[in-house]
Amino acid sequence: MNVTSTKLDQPLDHLFHPVDRSQLADQTLAYTSVPMWKDKIRKLVRNKLAVIGLALLLLIMLLAAIGPSLLPHSPSAQSLTQTNLPPSAEHWFGTDDLGRDVWARTWAGARISLLIGFAAAAIDLIIGIIVGGISGYMAGRSRFGDRIDSILMRIVEILYSIPYLLVIILLLVVMKPGILTMIVALSITGWVGMARVVRGQMLLLKQQEYVLAASKLGTSHAKIIFKHLLPNAAGIIIVNLTFTIPAAIFSESFLSFLGLGVQAPIASWGTMANDSLGVILSGQWWRLFFPGFMISLTMFAFNAFGDGLQDVLDPRSHQ
Amino acid sequence: MYVVKRLFTMLVTLWVIVTLTFLIMHLIPGDPFATDSKAIPEAVLENMRARYNLDKPLSTQYVLYLKNLLTFDLGPSIQSKTTDVNTLIARGFVPSALLGIQSMLLALFAGIMLGTIAALHHNRALDFISMFIAMLGISIPSFILAPLLIKYMAVQWGLLPVAAWGTWKHTLLPTFALAVTPIAIIARFVRTSMLEVLHQEYIHTAEAKGLPTWKIVLKHGLRNSLIPVLSFIGPLFASVVTGTFVVEKIFAIPGIGKYFVDSIFNRDYPVIMGTTIFYSVVLVVTLFLIDLSYRFIDPRIKLSSKGA
Repeated sequence: MNVTSTKLDQPLDHLFHPVDRSQLADQTLAYTSVPMWKDKIRKLVRNKLAVIGLALLLLIMLLAAIGPSLLPHSPSAQSLTQTNLPPSAEHWFGTDDLGRDVWARTWAGARISLLIGFAAAAIDLIIGIIVGGISGYMAGRSRFGDRIDSILMRIVEILYSIPYLLVIILLLVVMKPGILTMIVALSITGWVGMARVVRGQMLLLKQQEYVLAASKLGTSHAKIIFKHLLPNAAGIIIVNLTFTIPAAIFSESFLSFLGLGVQAPIASWGTMANDSLGVILSGQWWRLFFPGFMISLTMFAFNAFGDGLQDVLDPRSHQ
Repeated sequence: MYVVKRLFTMLVTLWVIVTLTFLIMHLIPGDPFATDSKAIPEAVLENMRARYNLDKPLSTQYVLYLKNLLTFDLGPSIQSKTTDVNTLIARGFVPSALLGIQSMLLALFAGIMLGTIAALHHNRALDFISMFIAMLGISIPSFILAPLLIKYMAVQWGLLPVAAWGTWKHTLLPTFALAVTPIAIIARFVRTSMLEVLHQEYIHTAEAKGLPTWKIVLKHGLRNSLIPVLSFIGPLFASVVTGTFVVEKIFAIPGIGKYFVDSIFNRDYPVIMGTTIFYSVVLVVTLFLIDLSYRFIDPRIKLSSKGA
């Protein structure tokens, strides 16, 4: 062969070539690392359902912001000459039995639903992770740990067992009825579900070998909780959160539907649906359809987006 | 030992609930006779208050109530003068329990089926169809679905009867309306957790040793994926209970939920307390059973530091 037959004292220069710079550039480009968040966003965008959900959410928020001003009707303005009109160019979603514009009332209701949903879910998440995390992590660790777990779980159990309508009625008496009362009332009982889910995950995860390894290597409790347990529970926590926001929105409409939520003349999807019960059989479909459709669409949007988010954020979810 | 301890804390929990409910009820301003107080002479009013112990100090009322409770006497109803709370609950129990249990069973059965099918056909047509159905179920609240069911299924197409409570056929629409959201939620939980389980080593082992798919799914898959689902049964039960409030209202079903909602607006203390305590007992016992069942499903979960 050519190379082996060459004597060692002969120059080997002909075997070496100057590197083609452009090729080198190509190689570095191929190995450029993508920041993690960019990668996550790219994955999220690839998920059609998540994109549809996000787009719908943005649309609902936009319409909640500007919707009422697109038509010259106030959500609470009555007009007794224009009652029970079907949808038309003048009233896009029709009018109700007091002549109020259903379009304006629907978007005024959207503002209330979104505000209550976001605020209550945020509070639920924080309290739920703290309580569930502490409880699940401490259980079985020591006598003291068991006691803490037991106390926290009794509180959770009690809150579970009192129908939340009672809590809300109490708060409506102590505080001024309204949106803030609703948020407080929903989160006073709402965090309980999150806490139980987090605790269940903690109980399961802390038996795993990597937690044992970490603790034997002297990792602090806080680090084990935040670096090992919570990230591994994130999937279930996010699945639960995608229920928490629409669940709060649902509860608001549910209570308003029963007549315990926001009070007249404030419009809410729940009160609008309740008002339409009597007229649905007589054919005024728009009174139930629009608020009902918006509740469903909002919940669909949140769930679709949450699902996509879960596929991206949960390290163990397999696409 | 663990069971005895839990039973004891269960009783404490119930006592706390009774006390809290009692205090909350009496913090509400206005009493049951406030509305017609002008029409009734003061002396009569006094007598009426005395009849329901409302003239006594709060502490005495509380002790009296606890005493009656020990003999399972929930006291008289203020609104309906002839019946007591026990009778009201007994009367409403059958429709409510029937409705609740039927829809829980439907939800568990359909939800686990739907979720398992979706997980087994991950990212294929059946997965998308199941999850789309689940998505619809989550998105449409029962109080929107119920009027639509009445309008189309009952009135327009005349498929099923409503507006009465007699035969089993009358329970079908309300049961369905109540179960739709839980079905969807359970299906999603089961799918997520089943997907996770299906990628575990022991599933591969089971496949490798040639177990039939149904055995892998039932024995190894479902059993391991039911833990997150279990922690959801508590809230599920609570949501079915509160769901009965609207569903019973919309379908005009004479259940406990209806009495409960009515009693809140009427400030009928004994009925509010009675129904609250009743719901609490059922819920606390359910949670207790769920806690116990964790262990049967996954022995790795320790119930207490001394156990196992």
